[in-house]
Amino acid sequence: MSRVEVKKTYKLYIGGAFPRSESGRSYEVSDTKGRFLANAAKGSRKDGRDAVVAARKAQPGWAGATAYNRGQVLYRVAEIMESRKSQFVEEVRAAEGLTPARAGAVVDAAIDRWVWYAGWTDKYAQVLGSINPVAGPYFNISGPEATGVVAALAPQRSSLLGLVSVVAPIVVSGNSAVVLTSRDRPIPAITLAEALATSDVPGGVINLITGDPAEAAPWLASHRDVNALDLTGVAGTDLDWAQLEAAAAGNLKRVRRPALDGLTAIEEDWLPTPDLSRLESFLETKTVWHPKGR
Amino acid sequence: MSSAPIDTAVDATARARDFLGVTRLTNSALRGWLHGLPGVDHVGCDARAGDLGTRSIKNDAKLWAIDLAISMIDLTTLEGSDTAGKVRGLCAKALTPDASDLSTPRPAAVCVYGDMVPVAREALGTDSGVGIAAVATAFPSGRASMAVKLADTREAVAASANEIDMVIDRGAFLAGDYLTVFHQIADVKQACGPARLKVIMETGELVTYDNVRRASWLSMLAGGDFIKTSTGKVAPAATLPVTIVMLEAVRDWFALTGEMVGVKPAGGIRTSKEAIKFLVAVNEVAGEEWLDNKWFRFGASSLLNDLVLQRQRMKLGFYSGADYVTDDAPSLY
Repeated sequence: MSRVEVKKTYKLYIGGAFPRSESGRSYEVSDTKGRFLANAAKGSRKDGRDAVVAARKAQPGWAGATAYNRGQVLYRVAEIMESRKSQFVEEVRAAEGLTPARAGAVVDAAIDRWVWYAGWTDKYAQVLGSINPVAGPYFNISGPEATGVVAALAPQRSSLLGLVSVVAPIVVSGNSAVVLTSRDRPIPAITLAEALATSDVPGGVINLITGDPAEAAPWLASHRDVNALDLTGVAGTDLDWAQLEAAAAGNLKRVRRPALDGLTAIEEDWLPTPDLSRLESFLETKTVWHPKGR
Repeated sequence: MSSAPIDTAVDATARARDFLGVTRLTNSALRGWLHGLPGVDHVGCDARAGDLGTRSIKNDAKLWAIDLAISMIDLTTLEGSDTAGKVRGLCAKALTPDASDLSTPRPAAVCVYGDMVPVAREALGTDSGVGIAAVATAFPSGRASMAVKLADTREAVAASANEIDMVIDRGAFLAGDYLTVFHQIADVKQACGPARLKVIMETGELVTYDNVRRASWLSMLAGGDFIKTSTGKVAPAATLPVTIVMLEAVRDWFALTGEMVGVKPAGGIRTSKEAIKFLVAVNEVAGEEWLDNKWFRFGASSLLNDLVLQRQRMKLGFYSGADYVTDDAPSLY
C-alpha cells in the first residue's frame, strides 16, 4: 500500500509563536513549475497589527541586550540554519527553480550573510559613530542606536538570501522587525521562522507574515507605532513604493526605498557582500556632550 | 426602574426579614436563603462567556461601543506609591482623555484611596462630570475593625467622594458567617450617606461561581448600589464568566424587587476587544438598561489608553501608537 503524503499547512510567526492568520485564510504555494508545495497562511492587516504589538513589546529588551550577546544570539541562528541546510536547499530549489548546486550556493551565501551581520553587532557603532570636534571644553560623542520597530517587505524573488539580507541588518542594531515575506515563495521564510523559534532570538524580535504584501503593507506604512519602513520587496508586486513612502511620512518614519531603475522598483542582486548601508538605514544618532575635566 | 435607596441599616435588616420571610434575621436564615439559590453551571457559564466573546462588533457599532466603554471607566490608581502628583495626572487624563480629539468622552470617575480624595476634587472641580470613587474599609484586605472601616468610609464621603468602593470580609463569608458580612455592608451603606456604594466581593478569593452568586445576592440584600468583582490586587480578577454570574444576579434582583443594581468588573481588562466582550455580555445577560455608566463600570487604568488608540484608529483610518496617547507610567509623575 502506498503511503499518503502529509501535505503541510503552515502558519505565521508572530511574537515567538505560530498563530493562524486572524482572517483564517490560507493559500496554495507551488513551485516554479506550478506543482503544489504546501498551504501557507494568508496574513491580513490585523496580523500585521498584532505583529507590531509583539515587536514593540520585544524591542526594548532586544536593544537593551549587550551587543556581544546579540551577536551570539544571531550567530546561533546561523548554526541552526547550517544544521537544516539540506531542507533549505530543497525548498529554495523548489521555490526559485534553481539547480541543486546553485540552490546550495544560495543557501551557503544566506548562512554566511547571517554570520557576516552577526559579527557587526558590537562593531557598527565604532564605524558609524564618532567623536566630534567642538569649540569648547567638551567631549562630543555621536553614537548610533536602534530606531525601534521596523516593517519590511522581503524580496519577492530571492526567498532566502534576499530575506536574510533584509532581516539581519534590521535586527543587528536592536530593532525588532515585522516582515512581509515573498508572496509566491514563502516556504524558506517559514523554515527560517522555525529556525528562529528554536534559537535564542527573543519572541517578537522577528515576526514573519506570509501572504499578499499588498494587503498589509499600506497599513504598516501608515502605522504610527512603526518607526521605519523597508520597501525592498515592493519590486515584483503591484504596490506603489512612492505611495507607501508618502503614507510613512505621517509619523516621519525612516524609509528605505527599493532599488530603482528610473522610477520602477527592481530587485537587487543579493550575492555580492553588502556594505553597511542597510544597517545604517534603521539607526538613530544620539549625540552626547560631556564636560572635559582636568 | 429607580433604585429605591435604603436609608439605614435598620431598614436593610427589616427589609431582609421581609424578603426572607423570617421574624428575626439570623445567620442560619441567611444561610438557608443563599444556599437555596440555584447552583451555577460552571461549564455552561464558561461556555456562554466564550460564546458571547465571539460576537463581531464592527465599524459604527464598534465606535459606539468604544465611546460607551470610555464613559464607563473608573480610571483607577490604587498603589502604595501614589502621590498627589500622580492623582492630579490621573485627573487631568480623565478630563482630557485624548488631547488630539476633544470629542472623546470622559470616563465616569476616578478611583483613588480615601486620602487622595481632596487632591482629586481640587483637580476635577465639581462640574466636570467626572465623579470620585474612593476605596474604603481597609482596602484591599478588609482586615480591620468595623469602627476603622466606618471611619474610613465617613472620612472619604466628608472629603466629597461621590462613590465608595468597599471590600467585604471574605474570611467571614468563606467561614459561612453571612450575617456579619450583611451587617458590615449595611453599616457601611449607612455611613455612605448620599454616596453610592460599590461592594467588592473579590471573586478571585471566593473559589466557586456558586459563592459569587451568593455574595452578589447578599450584597444586594444589604443595600449595595453596585456589585464589583475585584480589588485588582488578586488574580484572577474580573473574568467574563464571573461577570456574567453577577449580571444574572442583578437581572434577577431587578425582576424580584424592581431595584436596579450596577455591576463593575475591575482588574485585568486591558484591551478594547475585551471591554467590548463585556458590553456584549451586559446587553445579552442583564439587558440594554445596563448599558449606561450609571449601571455598569470598568475598574481599569491601562484600558483607557487602548480604547483611545482604537478610537483614533477608527477616526483617522490608520493604526495609532503609544506615542500618541498620554503615558501613565508612574515614573512620569
